[in-house]
Amino acid sequence: MAQVLREVEESPAAHAVERVSVGVLASIGRRVSDSFEYMGGLTMLTWETLKTILRLRIRFAETLNQCYLLGYQSLIIVLLTSLFTGMVFSLESALTAVQYGFGSFVGGIVSYTVVRELGPMLSAVVVAGRCCAAIAAELGSMEVTEQIEALKSLGLAPVRFLVVPRLLALMIMLPLLTIFADVVGVKGGQWIAYVQAHIGTQDFMASARQTVGFDDVVKGLFKSLIFGIVIAMIGAYEGLTTTGGAAGVGKSATNAVVTCIIVIFILNFIMSYFLYAGA
Amino acid sequence: MSFGERVVLQNCSLEVPEGSIICIIGLSGAGKSTILRLLDGLLLPNSGHVYLHQHDICHIRESQLIEMRTKIGFAFQFAALFDSMTVGENVSLPLREHTTLTEKEIHEIAMHTLDSVGLAHTYHNMPSELSGGMLKRAGFARAVVTNPEMVLYDEPTTGVDPIVTHLLTDTIKRLRKELNSTAVVISHDLQSIYMMADYVAMLFEGAIIAYGTVEEVRKSTNPIVQQFLQGSEVGPIPL
Ligand SMILES: Nc1ncnc2c1ncn2[C@@H]1O[C@H](COP(=O)(O)OP(=O)(O)OP(=O)(O)O)[C@@H](O)[C@H]1O
Ligand SMILES: [Mg+2]
Repeated sequence: MAQVLREVEESPAAHAVERVSVGVLASIGRRVSDSFEYMGGLTMLTWETLKTILRLRIRFAETLNQCYLLGYQSLIIVLLTSLFTGMVFSLESALTAVQYGFGSFVGGIVSYTVVRELGPMLSAVVVAGRCCAAIAAELGSMEVTEQIEALKSLGLAPVRFLVVPRLLALMIMLPLLTIFADVVGVKGGQWIAYVQAHIGTQDFMASARQTVGFDDVVKGLFKSLIFGIVIAMIGAYEGLTTTGGAAGVGKSATNAVVTCIIVIFILNFIMSYFLYAGA
Repeated sequence: MSFGERVVLQNCSLEVPEGSIICIIGLSGAGKSTILRLLDGLLLPNSGHVYLHQHDICHIRESQLIEMRTKIGFAFQFAALFDSMTVGENVSLPLREHTTLTEKEIHEIAMHTLDSVGLAHTYHNMPSELSGGMLKRAGFARAVVTNPEMVLYDEPTTGVDPIVTHLLTDTIKRLRKELNSTAVVISHDLQSIYMMADYVAMLFEGAIIAYGTVEEVRKSTNPIVQQFLQGSEVGPIPL
């Protein structure tokens, strides 16, 4: 029996299994250590950026420029996504609600959801797709063409020169975009509720006003502020750690968007839990 | 100094006397650019030290490093101009960030520096509109525009025509004469090295194998140095 066992242990198949399992363990280990390294690096970069902002070492002209590029230029796409989402949400809820005799609640349901979840989330995801990739690609291509090193060699800190303006721009512009998204989403919902279910504008708005408090709006905007920070910092971190030429730049941009969107969804849940449910 | 498993510099020791022009020669991929990056604190050595005026720059804070770099110019091998700015803005950037000069003075100095490398007419062009050699010269102008105490030139004359090579060599020499600035030049152009260098150092397999005045190095009995200077195929350097 023992002999058989030994033979099994020494058989090529057993070796292969052993090798595969060691390989899997090693790759899991590498993944874990990579993600710790990522989080550590991201935290350090964010900390350094916030320190620079607190010391008021800000380039105002460049910040304004980034507000335009990252914020204003995202307006149309944010408005469109929010409008149609508000509309489709109202379409689904209004008919059902009227059917069961809850027509007067539709305004509340739509605006409640838009202001607390859909507005902040949709703007963040859309801006992440657009701006996180743009930041990662721009800083990444500067990294691989030695421009980041050149910046350092001139005695200029990339954090102050490149990261701070982008972070500030997104911290200002994403909440602003969210306000627009909220308004457009609610208005779109209201229009569809009227067209499809004949819920009057007055009823809709009265219900909305009753359900949504000022603190809901503020909490939604607080979430977008956090999302703005996430988008800027992940984009910047991916960009500044780019290696491997043009292909590396593409990889950084993709990684940035994917990571950013996942983080936004997770953080949204956590923040909603503590802001709305936990309290 | 190593990148991952690949050891690039080992037992590499080099002293740069203040106010001199020192040229580093060596095979492609020998680690010459890496030496310049170490000198500017852009890379930290895995072991060993880099001293500047007796200060070890490997153990100072990032803010001190930034302060130090304002006094050092760096002309990159591939120019590394900021492609979101015009050539003029590139050259005036260090002045704008580190001095209290007025816009008019900054413009004048930047224009003058660009003119000294024959590029005054490209002030308003974007870097993408320039040729390789022109970019090189613009990068050169950006490195010297603040009249730094030390300038690191990474192959300033590669890809540039003979006349401009002469111009750049003269500029390096003039800066040394006028400001007593130190220059570390990487170059493959033996003629211009003979013209300007006070000292020559040859890097081979991670270490400095020859160091001395131009005459000393030219007369070196080291077969590797001789083969390199003669550009011969036969000799101890493996191809
Ligand atoms: N960031 C890096 N990652 C990995 N290896 C690197 C890196 N930078 C340089 N190396 C390696 O270090 C060695 C020296 O590079 P370096 O750029 O210093 O060479 P060089 O002497 O300047 O060459 P050339 O004359 O061609 O410019 C090369 O073999 C290169 O492969
Ligand atoms: Mg080089």
